[in-house]
Amino acid sequence: MKKLLAPLDNAVGLAVLATVLIAVGTAMTFFYAPVDVDGLNQKIFYFHVPIALTAYATFGWGAWKALVHLWKKKPGADLESYVAIHQGTIFGALTLITGSIWAKLRWGHWWLWGEKELVLFLIIFLFYCTYFMLRYSIEAGPRRANISAVYALFGVILIPISFLAIRLATNYIHPVAFTKQGPQMAGSQFATFMVCLAAMWTLAGALYRLELLGKRLDLKIRELRELVL
Amino acid sequence: MTSTEKYVAAAYLVVFVMILVYVVIIAAKLARLDREIGDLADEVRATRQDEEPGSAG
Repeated sequence: MKKLLAPLDNAVGLAVLATVLIAVGTAMTFFYAPVDVDGLNQKIFYFHVPIALTAYATFGWGAWKALVHLWKKKPGADLESYVAIHQGTIFGALTLITGSIWAKLRWGHWWLWGEKELVLFLIIFLFYCTYFMLRYSIEAGPRRANISAVYALFGVILIPISFLAIRLATNYIHPVAFTKQGPQMAGSQFATFMVCLAAMWTLAGALYRLELLGKRLDLKIRELRELVL
Repeated sequence: MTSTEKYVAAAYLVVFVMILVYVVIIAAKLARLDREIGDLADEVRATRQDEEPGSAG
C-alpha cells in the first residue's frame, strides 16, 4: 500500500511547487516582464509556448513509455503511456485555444488554414485524439496495449516536424522566439518564460502522477473484487 | 477594459478553468474509488459474517 501511494507524495510535492511557480510566473508576466512592441497580447506567449512545449514533452514521454512497453514488456508502462498521452491532449487543447486567442489579436483571425505550423499542430492533436478511439475500440489486454504502443510511437514522428514547421513556414507569420543565436527577447522576458515553463512542467508532472495513481487504484480495486468475491 | 486586455484575460482564464475542471474530474474519480473501497470492505465483512455461523455449527 505504501508503494502504491508513493506517487501521491510526489504529486502533492509537485502540485505545491506548480502552484508556487504558476503564481510567481503570472506575477512576473504582468509586473516584471516589459510590454514589448507586440503589445499586451505578447503576455499570452508566456503561457502559450510553455503549454505547447509541455504538450510535446508529454506526447514524447508517452511514446517513450510505449517503447518501454514493447521493448522490455515492463508492467504498467502501457498505462503510463496512456496517461502521458491523455495529458498531452489536454495541453494540446490548451495550446490550440490560447494560440487562437493570440492569433485573433495579432492576425485578426481565430485560425489560418494556410499556416503550416498551426495545421501540423492540429494534425498531431487529432492524431492523439484518435489514439483514445483506437484504444477503447479494442478489448483490454495485451493486444490493446501493443497496438496502442505502436500507434503512440508513430505519433512521435510528427513532433519534430511540427516543431520545425515554425522555422520552415514560408511566410514567417508565426513569431520565432528562439533562433541559433539564442532567445530573441530581453533577459527579464526570458527569465519569466523559464519560470512559466518550469511551472507548466511541474503542473504536468503533478497531474500525470495524480491521474496515474487514480488509474492504478482502479485496477487494484477491480483485481481485489475479483479475488474476494 | 480594452479589447486586448479582454482577450489576454480570456486566454489566462481558459487555462485556469480547464486545469480546474481536470482537477475536479480527478477528485470525483478518487471519491468514487473511495466509495468502491468502502463497498468492497462492507461486502467482505458481510461475507465473513455469513460464513461464521456455518463454520461454528
